[in-house]
Amino acid sequence: MKAQSLSSFFSHQVIALAGVLLINWMVFPGFFDVTWKDGRLFGSLIDVINRGAPVAILAIGMTPIIATRGVDLSVGAVMAVAGAVAATFTVAGHPLVVTLAAALAVAIACGLWNGLLIAFLGIQPFVATLVLMVAGRGLAQLITEGSIVTFSDPALIFIGTGSLLGLPMPAVIALLLMVGAHFFVRRTAMGLFIEAIGTNRSAATYTGLRSRSLILAIYAFGGLCAGIAGVIAAADIRGADANNAGLWLELDAILAVVIGGTSLLGGRFSIPLSVLGAVIIQAMNTGILVSGFPPEFNLIVKAGVIMIILILQSARLGEIAGAIRSLKPFGRKMP
Amino acid sequence: MNARYRPLMATTLIFIVAYALCVSQYPGMWSTRVLGNFLTDNAFLGVAAVGATFVIISGGIDLSVGAVIGLTGVVTAILITRLGLHPLVVFPLVLALAALFGAAMGAVIHFLRVPPFIVTLAGMFLARGLASVLTQDSIPIDHPFYRTVSSLYFKLPGGGRLSAIGLTMLAVFLLFGLIAHRTRFGSYVYAIGGNPVSAALMGVPTGRTTVAIYALSSFLGGLSGIIYSLYTSAGYPLAAVGIELDSIAAVVIGGTLLTGGYGFIFGTLIGVMLQGLVQTFIVFDGTLSSWWTKIAIGFLLFMFILLQNLVFNRQNGPAHLRKGPA
Repeated sequence: MKAQSLSSFFSHQVIALAGVLLINWMVFPGFFDVTWKDGRLFGSLIDVINRGAPVAILAIGMTPIIATRGVDLSVGAVMAVAGAVAATFTVAGHPLVVTLAAALAVAIACGLWNGLLIAFLGIQPFVATLVLMVAGRGLAQLITEGSIVTFSDPALIFIGTGSLLGLPMPAVIALLLMVGAHFFVRRTAMGLFIEAIGTNRSAATYTGLRSRSLILAIYAFGGLCAGIAGVIAAADIRGADANNAGLWLELDAILAVVIGGTSLLGGRFSIPLSVLGAVIIQAMNTGILVSGFPPEFNLIVKAGVIMIILILQSARLGEIAGAIRSLKPFGRKMP
Repeated sequence: MNARYRPLMATTLIFIVAYALCVSQYPGMWSTRVLGNFLTDNAFLGVAAVGATFVIISGGIDLSVGAVIGLTGVVTAILITRLGLHPLVVFPLVLALAALFGAAMGAVIHFLRVPPFIVTLAGMFLARGLASVLTQDSIPIDHPFYRTVSSLYFKLPGGGRLSAIGLTMLAVFLLFGLIAHRTRFGSYVYAIGGNPVSAALMGVPTGRTTVAIYALSSFLGGLSGIIYSLYTSAGYPLAAVGIELDSIAAVVIGGTLLTGGYGFIFGTLIGVMLQGLVQTFIVFDGTLSSWWTKIAIGFLLFMFILLQNLVFNRQNGPAHLRKGPA
């Protein structure tokens, strides 16, 4: 039954992506042109997966979080912090391994902080991650001392702009992370645990799940993903910009997860579909850019897409809930 | 002393202590000038935060406030500067538009039963996008009425200035404080925040109230946008980015419970003032950089959330989870 519902969902997102790509192709006929130059692929399509990679990585981390009825608003700020750490370490002359380890360790620490507040202090995820969202950019500026730290270490820059087997490095990292995370949750019982907590945390706890440690681990993983995305974003522009790195990306990441069919009310989730959601968002962004519309239309289109998805999901919900609603006039917090 | 006022008292006390500490370090901060500027500089935040208080008491959230401020500012500027309309004609128009925008979000939240968080997120994208499509640049407003209002102030003893927009904020706090605590609508808001199901069973018109709450929040967002345009004499699509977080922070610091059903409008005023205090202190200090503001506000937010948690989870928190095998 689960496989069935998953496959029907899969077709939704694939159709959506195909539709977006088709519109892109109609307004910009050269959209599917891919050329091979200097040992790597070039073209709008490649650009979509390259530019979409940071959001895709964030979405990978966000999926288990949303599946447990949580949300992480701090990922954009954590990206800025990780980028700032990576830039200052590499400027100080540390080798790549130390730089990456430091940046990712700080990002994981940020995730652990969120997880600690949520799992052990019982604070709502929305609020708990708000703290770091507000303070995170301040921390990042503290690390960079208010300036944009630029660097020229070729090894670090390679992470943001290099290519492997012709594919851009960010996309390769996102792909590896997606495959790794997907198999980890689906080949072990991890995925079931996450869905159990998302469906009913008390029940999951009573069946013997260590829900606290799991939630802690899930937020730490979200922090790690944000850290990776932050290092990529910094390496891409060869500098750490504490004010603008990852700005608004938390919203894109949540949107990607929602497009991917994960319910904001917890439960069912799919990491590859979230990544597909991120690619759909980026395909829309790129489509608007290549078709010559001003980039401001992006926001309106995104708002439209969210509304359409919500109404579609709600219509489905409405059929089931119609009978219940006639009995009880208000069903938002039905027990 | 009623026990339910304790969190409010705690917040007020913290503000007084913090202010006293600031004054002990910089005696110059003890002046009506600084106090007057507090009100003027934070007027738009305060007005937006009143709307956020209503939404949060009802158990919801409104992320679109900052974008509504930007959009209202831009529309106001276009109508006044480009079409030459009088501000007094423009204001009711944009306020009505803002309220309609909020009502639409409230309707989606209630009737489609979508989490408020994602609906207002879409609203934020929409409003910010519309504002950016209308104009990319800041549109200056140069109207005699604007010049008059922005230079309007009462002189306070000690050379301070209580400006018209500062006064507007205080009036909004007073008026909406009365609405929250003294009217039927206010009780409905608290009832829905406490428990929407039992509120509905008790006969609270939850649909109408939810729509009204979000309409009210966007209306105040619109008013805040007008105040912002008076404050800066311009309309800018990227005005007040991130203000939704500042207003939520002000509401939480003011002692309102984020799970809904409990809170005070007056507390939000203290929350806004506390944020203003942090900023003013950093300006007075001169050696601290502006990013300390964010860290300090984040820290304050954390402390108050922790405090709320300690106070309220003792009574009715998820105690069964705490004792569960973990």
